[in-house]
Amino acid sequence: MAKSKYLGRFALITTENLSVSYNGNVVLRDVTIAAKPGSILGLVGPSGCGKSSFLASLNRLTEIIPGASVAGRIQFDGQDLETAFPSSVELRRHIGMIFQKPNPFAMSIRRNLELPLCEHGIRDRQQLQQICESVLRDVGLWDEVSTRLDQSALELSGGQQQRLCIARAIALKPQVLLMDEPCSSLDPLSAERVEQLIESMRGQYTILIVTHNLAQARRLSDQVAVFWTQDGVGHIVEQGETDAIFSHSTNPIVASYLSGRSG
Amino acid sequence: MIVTPEATSRTIGRQHFKREVCVTVAVWSAAVSVIGILIWILVDIAVRGLAEINLKFLTEDVQNAGREGGIGPIILSTGLILLVCLVVSIPLSVGTAIALTERVGQDTWFARNVRRSLDVLAGVPSIVFGLFGNAFFAIGLGLGYSILSGGLTLACMVLPILIRTSEHAIRAVPAEYGYAATALGMKRTAILFHVVLPVAMPAIMVGVVLSIGRALAETAALIFTSGYVARTPESLLDSGRSLSVHIYDLAMNVPGGGSRAYATACVLVAILVLINAATALLLRLAGWQNRNISGGSL
Repeated sequence: MAKSKYLGRFALITTENLSVSYNGNVVLRDVTIAAKPGSILGLVGPSGCGKSSFLASLNRLTEIIPGASVAGRIQFDGQDLETAFPSSVELRRHIGMIFQKPNPFAMSIRRNLELPLCEHGIRDRQQLQQICESVLRDVGLWDEVSTRLDQSALELSGGQQQRLCIARAIALKPQVLLMDEPCSSLDPLSAERVEQLIESMRGQYTILIVTHNLAQARRLSDQVAVFWTQDGVGHIVEQGETDAIFSHSTNPIVASYLSGRSG
Repeated sequence: MIVTPEATSRTIGRQHFKREVCVTVAVWSAAVSVIGILIWILVDIAVRGLAEINLKFLTEDVQNAGREGGIGPIILSTGLILLVCLVVSIPLSVGTAIALTERVGQDTWFARNVRRSLDVLAGVPSIVFGLFGNAFFAIGLGLGYSILSGGLTLACMVLPILIRTSEHAIRAVPAEYGYAATALGMKRTAILFHVVLPVAMPAIMVGVVLSIGRALAETAALIFTSGYVARTPESLLDSGRSLSVHIYDLAMNVPGGGSRAYATACVLVAILVLINAATALLLRLAGWQNRNISGGSL
């Protein structure tokens, strides 16, 4: 019955034959994947093979992309996603997302964190303050910004902005975090810092991370799925435990991609 | 004559140099003449008008058809007309701009036709707006020659410019803000009011300032609608004369009104410069400038 050996009841989020298309053109076909609670699932593969589209379909961000449609089944904690979260607003509270480019809003650091919380009905000043401090501590930003919470978030460095975005996402206490190349627009030191942060979140959140940095995928992920494009349509060529895939993949495409010979 | 390769390349080099010089001179003289014309106009107005300006001129009533007294009521009327115009046009324009960017698809029948109407509207001469305002607001709605009629007519006139600038302002907000806010589970209205509009505000304000400039400069549309009674208006339903109408009247209909016309023009230009400067200052105080808005992909 199960198409993948990882599709089991121990997974927090699973997809079955998930396809994404834009204006009728299929860009991603038949993705069947499972993410175990508290683990980091790496999604690798060449550009344009639908990894970002895959992430966007999980938190229904495809809703705001004109022409995008998703087919197939997504389950969250054993329930169909539609049943578990009929409202997209509620869904996105449980499945957070981090983007490639840090995108703090053009407002103060404090307001960046408080605005989404207020939108989700947390309005008590003391509670807001306490959440702000705790998430900023979680991402290691508190000591750097505690004295200038009311300054514009755009004055922070790229790496700090990205950590602020992570703080903003985890302030909503999501169970799943979708990360779309969170380090690729940062300088090496900031990228390392963000990577350490992601590493430290292992076990607390179920993380699906898209990355083009294969070494990073190898360091960070517990399981890895390799996407590939065939005739313009993305699909998964191989998935499994990271160590197994990286050290002895039997698939020639995967083996040559992971060893840096193609892709 | 035998042309050696060196000679050829030297000739080409000289030709290139000549062309560079010609283009440089042409570009610079164009720029300098534009600035020159502006300075000439401003100096001309200042030289002929500044001598007449003092506190009495700015505050006193118009006497002897403008040859004596001041322009106090005119400034007040102008302000009121402008106020009516902005109070009506800003919400309408920003609303339409939001509809065009957020609620309606880029290329629907509706959006295309709204844009086409705006282009036509932008090209309509102001005197036609004046006739329309006279027929619709003054006579049709029974508002008569009044500040309200004038302000509403001006509002119609600045709509295209204001809607276009607001639409571009909202469209220029990076899509990343929208994605980030959506991914945080924020609702569409909240995203619009808390995330998108604050970022678009400086550019919208630029549109407002442009509209103010257009409205303050308007004469033709106002003669038919707000009239040219030079008394202090007692309500928005009173007729009131705007600065531009006053300048027109002094220059064309009042013998000996020339220097007063220039003085009034000085005041008008000064008001425009002040509004520009005040807007820039306000935006800076609100921290709405020099935001490094950057694009990117999803």
